[in-house]
Amino acid sequence: MEPGLYHLLFISAALFFIGVYGFLTRRNLIAMLMSIELILNSVNLNFIAFNKYVWADKLDGLFFTIFVIAIAAAEAAVAIAIIINLTKNFQSIDVEETEEMKY
Amino acid sequence: MNEFFTLMKPELLIMAILFLLLFIKISKGLANDKLLQFIQVLLLINFVAGFFLNAEGKLFDSMYQTNAMIVLQKNILNLGMFFISLLFTDWFRKCEHLSEFFMLMLSALLGMFYMMSSGNLLMFYLSLELATIPVAAMSNFNLDKKVSSEAAIKMILSSAFSSGILLFGISLLYGATGTLSFTEMPALLTSSPLQILAFVCLFTAFAFKMSVVPFHFWTADVYEGSPVVVTSFLSVISKGAIAFVFVSTLFKVFQPLHDIWYNMIMVLSVMTMLIGNLFALRQQNIKRFLAFSSIAQVGFILVGMSSNSTQGTASIIYFICIYIFSNLAAFGVADLISFFTGKENVDDYKGLYQTNPLLSWVLALSLFSLAGIPPTAGFFGKLFLLSAGATTGNYIFIGIAAVNMIISLYYYLRIIRAVFMDKNETPVEKISINPYTKIGLYICSAGIVLIGLLSWVYDYIESVVN
Repeated sequence: MEPGLYHLLFISAALFFIGVYGFLTRRNLIAMLMSIELILNSVNLNFIAFNKYVWADKLDGLFFTIFVIAIAAAEAAVAIAIIINLTKNFQSIDVEETEEMKY
Repeated sequence: MNEFFTLMKPELLIMAILFLLLFIKISKGLANDKLLQFIQVLLLINFVAGFFLNAEGKLFDSMYQTNAMIVLQKNILNLGMFFISLLFTDWFRKCEHLSEFFMLMLSALLGMFYMMSSGNLLMFYLSLELATIPVAAMSNFNLDKKVSSEAAIKMILSSAFSSGILLFGISLLYGATGTLSFTEMPALLTSSPLQILAFVCLFTAFAFKMSVVPFHFWTADVYEGSPVVVTSFLSVISKGAIAFVFVSTLFKVFQPLHDIWYNMIMVLSVMTMLIGNLFALRQQNIKRFLAFSSIAQVGFILVGMSSNSTQGTASIIYFICIYIFSNLAAFGVADLISFFTGKENVDDYKGLYQTNPLLSWVLALSLFSLAGIPPTAGFFGKLFLLSAGATTGNYIFIGIAAVNMIISLYYYLRIIRAVFMDKNETPVEKISINPYTKIGLYICSAGIVLIGLLSWVYDYIESVVN
C-alpha cells in the first residue's frame, strides 16, 4: 500500500507528542534537548507531507524545512554551550540539581 | 535600490553598529570606558536618525513590510536601548567582554526589528529565533555564578520548547491554508477545527514569550538569575517587541478568528493579573518582585488587546513607551544597589532614604508609575488601556482589572514604605552615582512625569496608528 497524507500526519503527530512527553519527563538536560529535536523533526515531516500531497504546486513548505534544520542546529549549539558551563558549575546535568531558585 | 535603503533603515543602522563593534574588537580593541562612550554616542545617533527619511512599503515579495506605526515602535525600542546603555554604566565598565555583550544585545534587537516588520510566517520564525537565542547567551554572562547558568538553561530550553509548539502551529496552518504570507492569510481563514488548533499553537508560543500566566514559570527564575542588564532588556525591550507583534498579528492576520481569541485573551488576562499580583505580594528579592510585577503588567496589556480596535493599538504603544521609562528607572536603581553592595532583598532597602535620597525618589516615582497613581504617566497608560478594553462593553472584565490595580498598590507601596519610613540600623551606604547613570535616571524620571501630562504624546501616537 502506498503511504498517503494521513499516514505521514499520524507519524508526525506521534513524534510531536513523544517529544513533548520526553521533554516533560526526562531529567537529563541532553535528553531534554533531544526531545526538542524530535518536536522540530515532526514539524519538518508535517511540512513535507503537506507540500507533497496538498499544495504540490508551491514550495513554501520545503523551504521552511531547510530553515528549521538550520535554526535547530544554531539553537542546539547555544544550548550545549550553556549545558557545558552548567556542568562546570553544578557538576551534574540533572535538572533536579539545578534548583538554586524556587517560587 | 534606493527604496531598499530607506525602507530597511532601522535594521541597516543596527547592522552597521554591529559590524563596527566587530571590527573594533578584531583590530586592536578599546578600553571599556572609551568603547562604552562610543557605543552610547552610536545608539543616540541611531535613535535620532530613526525620525528622518522614513518611508512605507514592502520588500522581497512582501516578506518585509514597514509603515509609520512600525517605525514609531522601532524608535521606542531604540530609545529604551539607549537608556540601557546609560543606566548600567558601572556594570558595563566592569564587564570583561563588553563588545561581545553589546553584539549579542544588538543582534537580539535586530531580530525584534525584523519580527515587527515581518510579512510572512517564515520571516517571523527566523527573526523570533534571532531575538531569543542571543538573550539566552546573554543571561549566562556571569559565567562562574550558579544562578546565572541556571537562568540561561531555563531560558533556552523553555524558549526552544515554545518555538517547537509555534512551528507545529505554523505547519498545520500551512496545511490548512496553503500560504505563509500575512497578506493572503486572512481571506483563507474559515475557523475550521484544524485552523483553530493551529491558531491555539501559535497563541501559546506568543503567550510563552510574553510570559502570560499559565506559561510564566520561566520568567521569575530567568529574571532573578541573569545580570540586571539582561533582566531589564528582557522585561522592557523584548516584552515590548513581542507585545507589538502580538497586537498586529491578532488584529490584522487573525481578524477572522476574533470570536475565538477574544475569549482566550479575556481568560488569560484575568489569570495573569491575579497570579502576577498574588505572587508579587510574597517576594523578598527585588528582581523577582519586579519580574512578577511585570507579569501583572502584561495582564493589563492584554486588556488593551481585547479591544480589537486602533484605539487599543495606540494605547498599547503608549503604555509600552511609559513602561520603558518607569521599569528602566526601577531596574537602574536596583542595579546600582546590587552592584555596589550586593544587596537584593526588600529588607535591605529599609532606610535607603537616609543615605541615598536621589535613588529613593527615583525608585518611588517609578514604582508609583508602575502602580498607576494619578500624577505619574503610568496612571494615564493604564487608563487608556482600560478605556480601550471597555469599548467592547464587557464591564465585569474591566472591573476585575481595576480591582487588580488596587491589589498591586499594596506591594508597590510596601517597598516605598521600606525605603522612606522603616528604621534601619545599617542602611545601604552612600552610593556615588556616575554622571551617565545620573543623566539616565533624570531623563527617566522626567519622562515618567511629563509623558502623562503632555497630551500631544498620545495624540501623536494615535495619529500615527490611524
